[in-house]
Amino acid sequence: MSFTVPRGEVAGLLGPNGSGKSTVMRCLIGFFSPTGGRVRVAGIDVGADPLEARRHLGYLPEQVTLYPDLPVRRYLEFVAGMKGIGGAARRSVVDDVIAQCGLGAVAGKLNGKLSKGYRQRVGLAQALIGDPPVLVLDEPTVGLDPVQTVELRSLLRELRGRTVLLSTHVLAEASALCRRIVILDRGRVVAEDTPEGLARRVEGLGRLVVRVDGPPEQVAQALRAIPGVEEVTAEAADEGPGRLFVIRAADPEPVQRRLAATIVGGGWTLLEARMRTPTLEELFVRAVGR
Amino acid sequence: MRAFVALLRKELRSYFGSPLVYAVAAVFLAYTGYYFHTDLVYFVTFGFGVAIMENLWQLVFLDVRLVLMLAVPLLTMRLFAEERRLGTLELLLTYPVRDGVVVAAKFAACLVVLLTLLAATLPYPAWLHAVQPFPLEPLLAGYLGLLLLGTACVAYGLFVSACTDSQVLAGFLTAMPLLLLWLLSWNEAASASGALPIVRAVSMFNHFQPFTVGVIDARDVFYFLFLAAGFVWATLRVLEARQWRGRR
Repeated sequence: MSFTVPRGEVAGLLGPNGSGKSTVMRCLIGFFSPTGGRVRVAGIDVGADPLEARRHLGYLPEQVTLYPDLPVRRYLEFVAGMKGIGGAARRSVVDDVIAQCGLGAVAGKLNGKLSKGYRQRVGLAQALIGDPPVLVLDEPTVGLDPVQTVELRSLLRELRGRTVLLSTHVLAEASALCRRIVILDRGRVVAEDTPEGLARRVEGLGRLVVRVDGPPEQVAQALRAIPGVEEVTAEAADEGPGRLFVIRAADPEPVQRRLAATIVGGGWTLLEARMRTPTLEELFVRAVGR
Repeated sequence: MRAFVALLRKELRSYFGSPLVYAVAAVFLAYTGYYFHTDLVYFVTFGFGVAIMENLWQLVFLDVRLVLMLAVPLLTMRLFAEERRLGTLELLLTYPVRDGVVVAAKFAACLVVLLTLLAATLPYPAWLHAVQPFPLEPLLAGYLGLLLLGTACVAYGLFVSACTDSQVLAGFLTAMPLLLLWLLSWNEAASASGALPIVRAVSMFNHFQPFTVGVIDARDVFYFLFLAAGFVWATLRVLEARQWRGRR
């Protein structure tokens, strides 16, 4: 496997469970040694000079494990000490990350008493201590409730300017946060592109969906008659009147232009027309080939 | 250096912030106090108050040694096993710090606790000295012996703790071989006659005995320091093994 995250870019590492995301990240932080090949962080070879590489790196592990018997502020001061920051600088560094990660309200609480959302924030705060140019975040939003997820994502968005590699198996998250997505499967890179580039790859999977109030057989027949339509399937509408028809067309635009006229011309009522865009999930399943 | 101090402070805080150390200290002092009392009674009644090194301090140090051996596993068992179980070790080892600094800080923190325990027994001889003065220098040898023996035991406990994520197992596997070594040197007659010289050479307690009568032999000092260094080295290798074992 080989991929590069350019300086200042946010990249997402995607893959099903067991695809090797965490292993790649642990190689990046020098916790594991790669059996072959080389890993560079900020231009420094992790194998040759792990300490120097780690100085440029903040890491949030998949399971944020904190010393339960330490209060948040003391814990962050301890991390600052471990990163070689002492004296007056330590206080201000810790104050900064507490403010940045919104931990002011819980700074005096024991780590062990924090909610999962706050634990994740403390995990992010410890990664940010020392202002490392590279951040490695292993599934930062896993296990959070929707509100916590949204909050953490907006926190991650504020990290602009740093090089960030985050792993996730939530595709929406990757496309919302990342400029580049690397898809892994069974230890191999199966796709590497921008979210838009990946979306383009699945354009052929697009479908037109219309809801029509009229006799299903006749409607389907009329739709099939539109030039360019490859396939029409009728689906029962989940709610409301009419039926849903899913239209496949290699080039949807000419079909879209004639759709309304065809339906109205047949004397039926057009209740809804929309484009069903392929999700990254579909792409993902394609790329991974399962 | 900053990382060493930060980790040492954190370790000491978790030692003195948990009830375990106080429970161990209470039991340790209760037992050593009891032994001091009974050995003193023996010294006065059967030793006729003469040859204080052989008839009192030797007995006291040998008894304190046994209590120390039982206390050390309780102090060392959490050092790495707890971090492994919590999963904090992974994060700890991703900071820009050498493994050696992590091991040294944990080792030092446990030695501080050990020193505190030993210092807490000083009132016994101080009280006796106030009642009936006696030469203090040989006593220093005894305490040095206890400290060296304790250091070797702590290093061994550190090593065992790095091998497992179960504190109970770490404590058990630290205590059992120490007890076995003690039994072997205590009950030498039970050893096969061919094995006896080996048991004597390896046993920590035969190297400890001269200290109890006020003798500091460089060979014994080096024996304990070598033993401690060996286990610290082994601990580092265990931590390193994560790199190729792929285990947390």
